[in-house]
Amino acid sequence: MNIEQALEIVSATHPGMVRSHNEDSVGYEASCGLVVLADGMGGYNAGEVASGITVSVVSSEIKNALQNSVAEDEDAGSGEDIGVMLLRKQVQKANASIYHAAQSQPQYAGMGTTVVAGLFYDNHLAVAHVGDSRMYRLRGEVFESITRDHSLLQEQIDSGIISTADARRSMNKNLVTRAVGIDANVDVEVHVHAVQAGDVYLLCSDGLNDMVPDDEIADAVKMLQANLPLAANQLIEMANDHGGRDNVSVILIKVKGDFAVQHSWLEKLFPWL
Amino acid sequence: MAAKLILSMNGAVVQEYPLDKERITIGRKAHNAIVIDNLAVSGEHAAIVTILNDSFLEDLNSTNGLTVNGIATKKHFLQNNDVIEIGKYKLKYLNDQASQTTAADFEKTMILRAPAAQSAPKAADGNEQTGKLKTPPSSPQGMSPAPAVPAAPKPVSAPAAQPTPAPAAQPAPAAPMGTGMVQILTGPNAGKELELVKNLTTLGKAGTQVVVLTRRAQGYFITYVEGDSYPTVNNKPLGDQPQQLNAHDIVELAGVKMEFYLKS
Repeated sequence: MNIEQALEIVSATHPGMVRSHNEDSVGYEASCGLVVLADGMGGYNAGEVASGITVSVVSSEIKNALQNSVAEDEDAGSGEDIGVMLLRKQVQKANASIYHAAQSQPQYAGMGTTVVAGLFYDNHLAVAHVGDSRMYRLRGEVFESITRDHSLLQEQIDSGIISTADARRSMNKNLVTRAVGIDANVDVEVHVHAVQAGDVYLLCSDGLNDMVPDDEIADAVKMLQANLPLAANQLIEMANDHGGRDNVSVILIKVKGDFAVQHSWLEKLFPWL
Repeated sequence: MAAKLILSMNGAVVQEYPLDKERITIGRKAHNAIVIDNLAVSGEHAAIVTILNDSFLEDLNSTNGLTVNGIATKKHFLQNNDVIEIGKYKLKYLNDQASQTTAADFEKTMILRAPAAQSAPKAADGNEQTGKLKTPPSSPQGMSPAPAVPAAPKPVSAPAAQPTPAPAAQPAPAAPMGTGMVQILTGPNAGKELELVKNLTTLGKAGTQVVVLTRRAQGYFITYVEGDSYPTVNNKPLGDQPQQLNAHDIVELAGVKMEFYLKS
C-alpha cells in the first residue's frame, strides 16, 4: 500500500468559546504522510503568525525534500533516518524564521509557538515536538500520550511535587519550558515509533487536553474511530462544552494498512554481498 | 498579586502574610516567617512551597499535626479558600490569581524562561515582567493592525472541517434533565433497557450500522457514525448532522426499534 492509501487523515480547528481569534495552525500532506500542528503565542496576531510559519515551513520543506530523498534511508551526516533529520531540521528552520521576524518587527517581539509533527514512512512514525502540544496513540484498547510535554507542570509531575490527579487543578498549566521561535536555537525532541495497522493517532493543542480529561478523549477516539471526521468534530465539541477557554485543534490519523517499503530481491541481497 | 495566608484565632484576624517567597515556614520559634507563639505549635511546624501560582503545604513532622478543611494531612496542594488549622489557629489560603486575570489570559500558553544559572523559580505575579515569564501583551479586541507579513502564514492544505460552533456552553457536569434511557422494543433483546450514564454511548453493530448518543448540557444527541444506510428517528432518516433526541423518540437501527426517554 502506498502511504496515501494506508493513512486516513482528518483535521479540525476551532477558536473555542472565549477567544476571538485562532492562534492554532494545522496542516498535512497526505502524499508524504506528514502531519503538523502548532499552537502559537504572542500578542495581537503574532501567535497566528508563529504557528502559521511553522506549519507552512515544515510541510512545504519536507514535501520538497522528499521529492529527492527517501525518509527511511540513513542520513550520511547524522546516522539518523532521513525522516528524523528532516523533521528536526525543518522545525529548526521554522524557529530561525520566527526568531528573525520577531527580532526585526517590533509587533512580533516575543512570539513563539509549540509544535507537534509526525512523518509516517516504512511502517514507522517519527514524532517531533516542542512545548505542550501532544500526540496520542490508540492501539487496541490502550490510549496513551506518546509525547511528554515540555512544561513546568510536567517537570513538577516528574519530580514528584504534584500528582497527576492534582495536576488538572494547577494554575501553572499553561507554562511551557520550550517553544519554537523564542531563542536563536531550539532543542527538538524526536522519537521513532513502530506503527501497526489499526492504530489511530491524535495530535492536539492544549485546548483539548486542558479542557477534557484523558479518559473522555480516549472514549471518543475509541468509539468514533470508524468515522474520523465525526470524531474530530466530537473532540472539538467536547472541549467547547467543557468551557472552550482556548483554541482547540486536532488531527486524527488512522492507519488502514501496511506501508512497509517494498525492497526488490536484489536490494535485499545487496547488503549480504 | 501573590497568594496570601490570613492568620486568625477565634474568628479574629491576627495578621496577613503574602506568599512571596519560594518557601516559608510556620512554627513557634522566632526564625519562622509565620510565628505562632503557642505551646501546641511545634518549633517548625509546617512549610509552604510556592512555585509561581501554585502553593504546596507540608507538615514538618510536627507533634500535633495540622488539618486542611478539617482533614488531617501531611502534604497538600493548596486551593483558594482552603483553611489550615494548627491548634486553635486558622490560616486561610487566598489565591485570587484566577479572579484577577481573566480565565482567558490564564489559559494562554506562555513560555517560561528558565536560565540554567538561576535557582528554582520564585513566586512571580502572573502579570509582572520578571524576565522569566514572557507574558504576551493581552490583545485588545477589535484592534488588530494585521500588518502584511512576507511569510504570510496559511495552514498548508488543511481542509479543516469547520465544526458548527456549539451553543453557549456551560461546564455543567451533571445534566439537569435526568438520565437518558434507551429501551429496546423489537428483536431478540426486546424489553432490555440501557442507561446512558456516559457522555458517549455507541449503539449498533460495527461495520453494519452504528450511532453514537452524546450527553451534553443541552440534552442528548444522536449522530450517525458508520454503515451503508442511515438509521431513522421517528421514521425519518438521520443525516450526517447530530440531532437532538426528545423523550419518546423512536430510533430504528439495523432493523431494531428502540425508544429514548428520560428517567427523572
